[in-house]
Amino acid sequence: MNLKNETTGMIVTGAVIGVIAAFLVLFGNPANMGFCIACFLRDTSGALGLHTAGAVQYIRPEIIGLVLGSFILAISKKEFAPRGGSSPMTRFVIGFFVMIGCLMFLGCPFRMILRLAGGDLNAVFGLLGFICGILGGVFFLNRGYSLKRTYKLSVAEGAGFSVVQAALLILLLAAPAFIHFSEAGAGPGAQHAPVIISLAAGLIVGGLAQRTRLCMVGGIRDLVLFREWKLLIGFVAVLAAALLCNLIFTVTGTGSYFTLSMAAQPVAHTDGVWNFLGMALVGLGCVLLGGCPLRQLVLAGEGNSDSAITVIGLMTGAAFAHNFGLASSASGPTLNGKIAVMIGFCVILSIAGMNTFAGKRK
Amino acid sequence: MKQLDARGLSCPEPVVMLRKAMMSKEAYYEIVVDNLTSKENVTRYAEHQGYQVSVREEAGEYVLTMKKKV
Repeated sequence: MNLKNETTGMIVTGAVIGVIAAFLVLFGNPANMGFCIACFLRDTSGALGLHTAGAVQYIRPEIIGLVLGSFILAISKKEFAPRGGSSPMTRFVIGFFVMIGCLMFLGCPFRMILRLAGGDLNAVFGLLGFICGILGGVFFLNRGYSLKRTYKLSVAEGAGFSVVQAALLILLLAAPAFIHFSEAGAGPGAQHAPVIISLAAGLIVGGLAQRTRLCMVGGIRDLVLFREWKLLIGFVAVLAAALLCNLIFTVTGTGSYFTLSMAAQPVAHTDGVWNFLGMALVGLGCVLLGGCPLRQLVLAGEGNSDSAITVIGLMTGAAFAHNFGLASSASGPTLNGKIAVMIGFCVILSIAGMNTFAGKRK
Repeated sequence: MKQLDARGLSCPEPVVMLRKAMMSKEAYYEIVVDNLTSKENVTRYAEHQGYQVSVREEAGEYVLTMKKKV
């Protein structure tokens, strides 16, 4: 693909994803949450009983769709490549703390964009923190940070995560008693588009993200590292399309989908410092992982078992966040959450340092 | 001619590696990568730096040869 086609492809992809995200809210997803990889993984963790926060338990079909969409596209384009073995435990730990950062802010980088598109000015603090975190990650990359190489693995290993998603789909549809679903009115977990729409949205976005390598953290990272705009164009296109849809929905009177303010934003709090720090931790962690939570799902679908482990780290982080009272709520961050974010910075910076400087002394 | 082995590394590491190597401004570079994303990203970066890139695929690995455009 030449550079011009690549740019056009990225704009179209970003725009389609932004529109799909806006429509998911129209069909029943929580406000400014057409997609939120962190929130959705958290809901799935809850549905499986890994945490018991009644407001946020649902097996999100979007996640299943994203992984399977990427898996199907990768297979059909002969890009399915089972590989892994690049510091899996380290990736698990970084994934864990990225989730702690996401639940401090109340959203992954994808939802940060959608919150901006809904007029939520708290997300501006998140974006500033996100950029600072990415700059921190780039600092280490420039000095030789690496989680070491991956190795080719068996097809069974590469397909494992996609098979798990198919199993989750069966659990969602069969809804046995041991799977927990938030009761109507209980909170965000109870707000969702119909399964078939959520699943289709996930499949389409997963496929598109697989083709274009879309990554919410890669955009700013590549611009800083290489003066390369490609991924950032996708980021901006998602924002522009979702914003436009929200404005159209609001003007045509289907409801209020855009309110420019800090106060009373849906599934958000107004503590600027902690919105900033939460997303700074996310930006830093995601650069060290090589991609945002969305990209990790897509890579897991393509057969990367390191990314699958990262996603399991994210889900574990979500479970701990609710079990230990680390996740923020509309009323603000918790003391436990603040301590966890600070521990997260210590751990992730130590990991970054050890994988940047330790090998050089030999 | 400088040769780089970026097999097994995920993006952006191969590009960071190439960028460092390109500071010596040689006329030819060769880098081996083993995934499509790295192939695309390395190609894009080298082209932006004014290199002509040709790709040879060998058993699932990509050998990218870069020649400085005059």
